[in-house]
Parts: sequence; C-alpha cells; structure tokens
Amino acid sequence: MQSINMELAQYSELFMLIAAFIYTAAFMLFAVDMIRSSATIRRVEAELAEENAAERQLVSSGAVSATAAGDSGSASSGDRVGAGSAPAAPAAPVDELVDEEMAYLGTRRPFANVAVALSVLAVAAHAFAVASRGIAANRVPWANMFEFLTTGALLVAAVFLLVLTRKDIRFLGTFALGLVVTMMMGATVGFPTPVAHVQPALQSPWIAIHVSLAVLAMSLFTLTFAMNVLQLIQHKRELAQATGDTTQRSGWQFLRLVPSATSLENWAYRMNAVGFVFWTLGPLITGAIWAEEAWGRYWGWDVKEVWTFVIWVVYAGYLHARATRGWTGNRAAWLSIIGFACIMFNYGVVNVYFPGLHSYAGLPE
Amino acid sequence: MAEKRENTYMPAGHRDGPDPAAGGTSASRADVTPPVLGIKGMFRWAWTQLTSMRTALMLLLMLAVAAVPGSIFPQRVQDAFAVETWIEDNPGIGEVLDFFQFFDVYSSVWFSAIYLLLFISLIGCILPRAKKHWQQITSPPPRTPRRLERLPEFGALELQSSAAGDAADGPEPDQALQDAAAVLKARRYRVEVRESSVGAEKGYLKETGNLIFHIALVGVLICVALGSMFSYRGQKILMEDEGFVNALVAYDNFFPGAYFSEDQMQPFSVQLDGFERVFDRESTTHFGQALDFTADVTTQLGADGEPQSQELKVNQPLTMDGARVFLVGNGYAPEVTVRDGEGEIAFSGPVVTRPDDQVYTSMAVIKAPDAAPEQLGFVGLFLPTSADAGDGLAVSVDPELGNPELQLNSYYGDLGLDDGLAQNVYVLDTEQLEVLNSREVDAGGIVLSPGETYDLPEGMGSISFDGVTDYIAIDIHYNPAQQGVLIFALTALSGLVLSLFLTRRRAWVTVETTEEGRTLVRYGLLSRGEDFRLRDENIALRDQFEKKWPVRAPEEES
Repeated sequence: MQSINMELAQYSELFMLIAAFIYTAAFMLFAVDMIRSSATIRRVEAELAEENAAERQLVSSGAVSATAAGDSGSASSGDRVGAGSAPAAPAAPVDELVDEEMAYLGTRRPFANVAVALSVLAVAAHAFAVASRGIAANRVPWANMFEFLTTGALLVAAVFLLVLTRKDIRFLGTFALGLVVTMMMGATVGFPTPVAHVQPALQSPWIAIHVSLAVLAMSLFTLTFAMNVLQLIQHKRELAQATGDTTQRSGWQFLRLVPSATSLENWAYRMNAVGFVFWTLGPLITGAIWAEEAWGRYWGWDVKEVWTFVIWVVYAGYLHARATRGWTGNRAAWLSIIGFACIMFNYGVVNVYFPGLHSYAGLPE
Repeated sequence: MAEKRENTYMPAGHRDGPDPAAGGTSASRADVTPPVLGIKGMFRWAWTQLTSMRTALMLLLMLAVAAVPGSIFPQRVQDAFAVETWIEDNPGIGEVLDFFQFFDVYSSVWFSAIYLLLFISLIGCILPRAKKHWQQITSPPPRTPRRLERLPEFGALELQSSAAGDAADGPEPDQALQDAAAVLKARRYRVEVRESSVGAEKGYLKETGNLIFHIALVGVLICVALGSMFSYRGQKILMEDEGFVNALVAYDNFFPGAYFSEDQMQPFSVQLDGFERVFDRESTTHFGQALDFTADVTTQLGADGEPQSQELKVNQPLTMDGARVFLVGNGYAPEVTVRDGEGEIAFSGPVVTRPDDQVYTSMAVIKAPDAAPEQLGFVGLFLPTSADAGDGLAVSVDPELGNPELQLNSYYGDLGLDDGLAQNVYVLDTEQLEVLNSREVDAGGIVLSPGETYDLPEGMGSISFDGVTDYIAIDIHYNPAQQGVLIFALTALSGLVLSLFLTRRRAWVTVETTEEGRTLVRYGLLSRGEDFRLRDENIALRDQFEKKWPVRAPEEES
C-alpha cells in the first residue's frame, strides 16, 4: 500500500483552516447584508411613500405626467439608497424585490456581493484541501466522519455558488454559509481525524460511488430544508399580509428579499426530486450492492440501513404529498423538514451512538 | 370524472391540474345521490378508500414510523443473543415488547400488514392507471379547447399577407396548419391535424416511467420474498489448513430459507492454506490499524473438480456455482493441550478466540469435559503482544504476534455439558464451578507464553500453550433471487427518473383568417402535472413559428 504523503496532508489541513476562516467572514457579511437589507427596504419604502405623496400632488395639479415622476423618483432613490432595482413604476408594490423565478433584479447589495466573492475564494481553498487530502491518502477523501463533513460542506458551498450563477438565491446565503461553517467546525472539533489509510472493509471502489452520492443527496436535502423552512415562515407572513395584519412587518423585513412561499415550494420540490433520485441510487441501491459484496447480504436491517430506508420513505411520501389534494404547501414542507431531521439523525446520531456496521466515525476510542 | 380523479392514485409530479381542455368534467357533484351500500358496495367503498392516494400516503408514512423501532431495539435477525440479553436486563417491559414483536420488527405482523396493504393499494392504483394510460397512448390527442387564451401558456401570431398590403406573403390557413403540425412534430409531439386546428401531446413516457417505477417495486418485493424462501446462509470458522465442504453438517451456524432443501446446496469445498494480515506501520496516528486481510484458499467445485488456488479478501467474495463465500472475520487460535489429574490428554488443539478490539485482545474459553477426576474449564484472554500495564495487569498493545500470551483463570466441576443441551462454545458459566486459578485466589492466574506448561493446583492436571495458528470466519450465502432484486431496483430507478423529469404537455394550434385577409395563428400549451418550463416551451415554439412564417409585427396601440 502506497505511503501517505504527509507533506501534502499538512497542506490539506492548512487550507482547510484557511477555507474555514474565509467562510466565516463570508457568513458574517451575509448576515450583515441580511440585517442591512431590512434597513434598506425600510428606507426605500419611506422614500417611495414620500414620492407617491408628492406625485399625487403633482398629478392632481396636472403639472407633470406620472411616468416622469416615476422615473425621476426611482433615479433619485437609486442614488441615495443604492437600491437601483427598484420599483420603477410607482404603481408596483414595493414587495416586488424578488421575482418568482429568482432572477437577478439588479438590487444593489454590496455586502452580499463581497460575501459571494469570499465564498468563491473559500470554495477554491476548500476544494484544494479536500482534493489534496484524497491525493495524500491515495483514496477518495470521504471515508470517515471528518472527511464526510468537510467534503459535504464543500459540496453545499459549491452547489450554492453554482445555483447563484443562474438564480438569485443570496437570501439563502446566511443559512448556507452558516451551515458550511458549522460543518467545518463540527468536523474539526467533533471528529478530528488525521489522514490515514482505511480499514479493509472500506477498501472498495463502491466507496467512491456510494458515499459521494450520499453526500450529494444530503447537500441537496440540506438546501431544500432551508427553503422549506423559509417557505413556512413566508407563508405565515403572506397570510398575515392577506388579512391586512401589518404588525409583523417590521420583524420580518428580510423576508421581502425571499421569494414567495409558492415559488420556494416549487424550487424545493425540483431539488428534492433530484435528491430523491440520488438517494435511491446512492445510499439505497449502491449501498445494497456494496453490502452484498462486503457482508454477504444486500439488506440486513442494520441501523444505518433502517434509517436510509426511513429517509427514502419519508421523501417518497413528500413527493406523493405534492400530488395529493390537501397535502401540498405547508404539509409537504413539513415532510421535507422531517426528512431532513431524519438525515441529521442518521448522520450525527446513528454513526456515533448506535452500534452497527457503519461505525466508521474514526473517533478516538 | 371529478370524483374518480379524487380517488385515483396520483404519483409524484402527476397532479392533474385544472383541466379546462378535457371538457365535460362538469358531470356535476350536485347529482351525486348518497349511495346505498350493500356488501358489494361496502367492499367497493373499502377498495376505493384503500387505493386512494391519501391512504397510500398514510401507509407510506406509517411504514417509515414502523421501521424506526428496529433501529432502537436489538433485532433477532442481527443478534439473537443481544435480544435475549436485552429482555433479561429489562424484565417486564422486555416480555411485553417481545409479545408485540419489537425484536422482530421487519417480520412482525404489524410491519408486514403495513407494507402489504401499501402494495395492494399500489397495485389497485397501477392497474386502472395502466389501462387509462394505454387508452391515451392509443387515442388521438385531446380535442382542441374553444378558448386557447385561457390556457396557462398562450400565444397568437398574425401572418403577413400581400393581399392586405404587407411586404411578404404568409401561408394560407391550411398550409399554416400543416407547418405548425410539422414544427410540433419536430419537437416530438404526437400530432393530429384537424379541420381548423392541430392537437398535439407529448411526454407519454412520464406516465410510462411512473408505472414502471411502481410495477418494479412490486417486482422487488416479490424477489425479496422469493429470496427469503429459497436462500440459505451459514457461518464457518476455518483454521489454517482446515477444509470446509458445503454440506449441512459442516456449518457452525446455518439459517435455511423457508423452502430450503439440502440437495440445493452447491457441492464445493474451501481449504484455508494461509492467512495474512497487514497493519499500518508508518502512520503515527493510526499505527497498527488493519490495512489488509488476505486468505489464500484452495477451492474445488464438485467432488472431481479442479482444485484452484484463490485469494479471499474482504470486499472480494468467491462465487462457487452461485453460492458466495465471504471473509467476515479472523483471529488467533492458540494451540493448547490440557492434561487432567490422571495425566491423560483431556483437550488438545487450537482454541478459537474472539478479538474484541483493534489490538486483538481476544476472549478465550477452553472446556475440557473429558478431564478426570473433575471436568476442567478455562476462561481468559489471549494477548498477541502482551505488555505490563502496571499493577501486574497485562494488556495487548499490538495486533500482531509480538509477545503472545495466554492469561487464564481455571475452574473445575460440572461444566453442564453432559445433559446434552447446546451451549455457546465461547461462554463458560462459572457460577457452578470451583475456582482453581484467578487473581483473587492465592494460586493466582495462569500466564503462559508459547512452549510453556502450567501445572494446575490440587493436582488437577496441567495446561500447555503450544503455539498460535490463524483462523478465518467465512459466511456462505446463496440467494437465487438476488439478481432479480437488483434488476427490478434499477428498473424502478429508471422509471423514477422518467416520471420525475419528463413533462407531459399538450399543445393546440388554431388558424383563422382575419377581416384583412391575414392568417391568424393561435396556440396554447397545457401541462399535466408539475411543469416548471412551460413558459420556455412557449418561447421556443414562438421562435420556431417566427422563423417559419413572415409574422406581422404587433400593431402599436396608442
């Protein structure tokens, strides 16, 4: 067996640390953007209200046409507040800060932009760290809890950035980066594992397919979990708005930057569908194939197998719920959230506390 | 129609949206009279309930919940011994849980009931759906709705006409219809040209995939059931140079399927020629971690087959005429000779010890029921590389044979083997026995290195440690339906992909001539089920129409 490249392993650990620091910075900037966004919205709103009032006066006096007022109004607000997006026509409600397709509308959010740039940098460092760890050990870098978490975090961050190139999901930034930081911290604090070879049971080509598909599916489910939680909150806000209850407004300003509940639900559904396919192929089917090869039976109701099955059934339930009258919307969202809770349990609790065949935590005895 | 749809099985992504195109759905609810239920009616009602989507969803969620206890309580399928221990440790609740089959969750009545109901519900939904799908495939696309502008996606194009004074001359209505049909056909719609319209539909594979997925799941279940009927599995411990012939008597443990018959067993033999362990000797953090186990075996298929030298490794099972042989464990077997008080050999041979940790600290139990005047028993540890941990306590510090040592307590008395009851060979019940050697008594414990002999106190005999040999534990599995499970699972997966990512779309195009003599083309799109790209389809279609025809720029309405 080829020796471990210790020098490369050290570089891997260094870059892991660097990535974690940059992620933390990006996370803080996303948080600042979130806080500021509410202030920004409030200012835009206040000014628009002023303009509307002014415009009404103008219109009534018949001096200037409505369009002109709107144009000059949005231009001046853009100068002052830096919210160029904006509601060009005064008739449009201020709520139109995001659209259903999550396209970029041009709202200027400098903090979020810097945060995205930092995330790109962090992902690059992180990718190097993960890849060099794999090269140093001459195997795939996801064979224990530490590696699973760091690779998973890389995937979450990469998927987030990838989607960002096409859709404005910066509203997820605080969550996604917060999660990545948590995962990196969890890996370092909870399961620090130096680079090493793996035990014979893990020396199989299936580890590359089985585990990577599991990480992929889990990353997707993590993002949809965030979207489904936001969907529930957004739904509540929408209900409150529909009934004319404006008391909640001040507390949930940030939600103005979040797409509507329906839009969130649809996007979560599309990603969950992909995640479900990955889960079917990865943990379930290739897991069974590998189990047959390593342990002689394709399915033996080992703790991990039980939970893989439970998760599959919960998400199958979710997909069916979307097609069942009375189960769409919030109920489906709850199923997706429960599915994610099961995933967390399967990863965090089962691996560490349940005796089973998947005790590969690499934890010190 | 409306009532029927309510109770039809609707899998993922197949919500029937409001379907103005279908028309005639107004067979209204008002004229539904409360039905008089006879026995037949009751049955039909129950069947409708069972096959409804809502019930299926409930059963699915119940299945998920019902599977959980199996991960909390020990299961007999995995470890019958752990179950007995659990029940002993939790008297009262243990028996109650056992009565409700919480230690056999996956073969329990309630778990089986849930998944069987689920599958019946599933079949009850698939059959009518398959029939309906077949009808739709074989019949033309649905008739053209009267108002296309009411559809979720709609567009209209006014074509130029030289008669009306435009620069170019667009096609006549009939020709435009043919053109539109060609465009739709190129976009892989199934097209029917009608009197003044075109009806088109595509994405039938979505529903096909959906049906395949669910049917394949039934296939998986059937294969799993077949497997549990005709399979067998067993375990055997092989010492170095020991052989194993695949016959019932040769197994240490054997678990036959319900319809297993002995003549089903493949005639093959496996002999262990040598065993090699490799441990990590470079890493500072993982020093001594196992890296590789290789068993050199000679296999022979049938009584007169050619003997073959093969390697048996973890993750690399051997396949012998359909049966699979797996390397599932290994350990050290110290060779021991026990002489009784009369000087006769009461036990001689390798003793299988059970490694307990990474450094192969192994449990050893030796029973010598033939010893006289008293039966002898030994319990203790085998340490591959023994080192003093202080207090005279020895521990193993390395998995390889650096300084092998046997640390034993000895007992005499009735071992309880004479009444013929089966006993665990790895456990010695010392409660009824008298202590000869132990750290608690004056004689102290027995510590032996290879080649050493220890004389037991009270003239009870002696024990000698002659050497160490390797053993491996192999599992033999035969499951004829295993391939079937895999094939159906992969089929289900492909069906799932089709049903989740294809879209079922309907398109209609109508033409008419305007007052100015221009051709007006209208088209509308409708999706069945979730479709997030219907707008893209609209745009693509419009692009293609505009390329095909000279389209008149929309008039500015000032």
